[in-house]
Amino acid sequence: MSTLNTEIAVRELTLAQSIKEALAEEMRRDPRVFILGEDIAEAGHPFKVLTGLVDEFGPERVLDTPISEAGFTGIALGAAMTGMRPVIDIMFGDFIGLVMDQMVNQAAKVHYMSGGKWKAPLVMRTTLGATRRSAAQHSQSLHAWMCHIPGLKVVMPSTPYDAKGLLKSAIRDDNPVVFFEDKMMYRLKGAVPEEEYTIPLGVADVKREGGDITLIATSSMVQVALGAASLLEESGVSAEVVDPRTLWPLDEKTLIESVKKTSRAIVIDEGYGRYGVTAEIASVIQENCFFDLEAPVKRMGAMHVPIPFSPVLEDLTVPTEKTVAEAARAICGAN
Amino acid sequence: MTTALDATKSDTRSGAALHLHMYRRMLMIRLFEEQVNDLYTRALMPGLAHLYIGEEAVAVGVCEALRPDDYITSTHRGHGHCLAKGAAVDLMFAELLGKEAGYCKGKGGSMHIADPATGNLGANAIVGGSTGIATGAAFAAKRLGTGQVAVCFFGDGALGQGVLYEVMNMAALWKLPVIYVCENNLYGEYTHFSETTAGDILARGPAFGVPSEQVDGQDVRAVYEATRKLVERARAGEGPSLLVVNTYRYMGHHVGDVSREYYRSKQEEAQWKTDRDPIRLMGEWLIAQGAADRAALDKVHDEVKAEIARAVEFALAAPYPNPEEVSDDVYA
Repeated sequence: MSTLNTEIAVRELTLAQSIKEALAEEMRRDPRVFILGEDIAEAGHPFKVLTGLVDEFGPERVLDTPISEAGFTGIALGAAMTGMRPVIDIMFGDFIGLVMDQMVNQAAKVHYMSGGKWKAPLVMRTTLGATRRSAAQHSQSLHAWMCHIPGLKVVMPSTPYDAKGLLKSAIRDDNPVVFFEDKMMYRLKGAVPEEEYTIPLGVADVKREGGDITLIATSSMVQVALGAASLLEESGVSAEVVDPRTLWPLDEKTLIESVKKTSRAIVIDEGYGRYGVTAEIASVIQENCFFDLEAPVKRMGAMHVPIPFSPVLEDLTVPTEKTVAEAARAICGAN
Repeated sequence: MTTALDATKSDTRSGAALHLHMYRRMLMIRLFEEQVNDLYTRALMPGLAHLYIGEEAVAVGVCEALRPDDYITSTHRGHGHCLAKGAAVDLMFAELLGKEAGYCKGKGGSMHIADPATGNLGANAIVGGSTGIATGAAFAAKRLGTGQVAVCFFGDGALGQGVLYEVMNMAALWKLPVIYVCENNLYGEYTHFSETTAGDILARGPAFGVPSEQVDGQDVRAVYEATRKLVERARAGEGPSLLVVNTYRYMGHHVGDVSREYYRSKQEEAQWKTDRDPIRLMGEWLIAQGAADRAALDKVHDEVKAEIARAVEFALAAPYPNPEEVSDDVYA
């Protein structure tokens, strides 16, 4: 991690722990911050991300709701407009289908439609990611839906360090921010300093430097890209891995600089490829790096199928270290 | 909020002063809406407008029972709510005409008037779309201990939206100071509510433990009294309530809906206008009570008419937003 000061990085946390720590710190810092969602208090969330928070902050600030995603998202929005700073927990990213009107027609537009008079400082935390054998309604990566809407910001952390710093910034932001967590990464460990820090929204991070090809990867695909980069090193290909960290605002400058340097790029994101995040980022690259490119920009995302249950089928639907490395070798003309 | 210092004071108007004030407010909404219709038919107003004519007693009766800092959310048919909560007619017209001086700098228009200074969280063009926002404002008021209440205006059409029942459930669970005001004007767009609404509207509240009552929406004093009790209850921490206000939309669903015989008769419309007009009823009552005479009411009419005329003149002359403002305010 290039952004990490190694002198103070002695402590390791899981992604789940770093998220809980960010929430706890922000709730201590600002009494207006509270979290609400299904089974988040005593149950601590089905993924156990929030275990223990209710003990420190009580059931009013770690608020269990009925199974009413649209309703409690709307309530959070009204509370955000009138002086609170809610953090909504939507257990599975698939359930954002239930909250789209509240996020798209209400939260995203209230500032603009009111001529800047009302603000909606809320965060919606939810998940993405397949391969948990959860089938088509608990495995999707639907973040592109949110990226499409002016007024929303979309955050996609890939490490415990990034997750904590980005979540703290999201909570302090005066806009609706959608924060996607890869449910398969909750146990991923990484260095997280004890000292307080934040990471601004809209700043990409070069996770690994290289000279032959740029792997632009988001969230769950960052670890895949880093694994692929190791495989590629064995083949004599030097891959740079760039993580945008936030899809909106998008740090186009860092992406463009990297591709201008390497002249080749693969964009890897676990959402559907069609009309998706990879298409947007590939377009940014071709618009800005056309004369620097040695090969067409390749996109890798989820297959255009509902996520199947059977492990044999499900594993085919998402990019892996191996498929990314193969694609990179082909682009670089390596064996 | 410039009104913050006075915002928590209870309304000091009472008796004849209050009743005359309510009469004036209803008349202002009526003349405002007639002016909107005129602007639209003369092609001076872009887009559409959903007129509130006939329903004035609902907005005025409810909003007069509120503190200035209490919250409301409104609907696509929202001009009346905004004016009743204290919006200025000139800034309203400016917004309807897409002018920079409008409440939303011309970015919201007829269906999205919002104004923090009068507690207006915004009119909302998604049917049932503001039920969450109003309930959330009540949630914040309770958490922050401000003593404010929130009124959620919605039409009978919103009774078909699931989110209403989700938030009503939570409002009851958490005893939130919110009053759900269902304006039953008998028609959701072009369809009589009986064709879309099963069961009893009033039974919907008690299913969640939310006390519910109905009131004659053409009688502004009755609406005011009913609301006042529910607001008192909410402010005392006793939780949400549902007020069904029976009223009638004189005009079409929107200004362009002029041939309405396929869904309701001219006779039905005429009957409401003749027998149940809220402004006429209030005027007659004021005279019968000796609170005003015909000349005094005519004077009110002339004053309101002049104020509307000045406001329209202001709005028509006001400049449009600068093109470079199109990207402003997307993010805070």
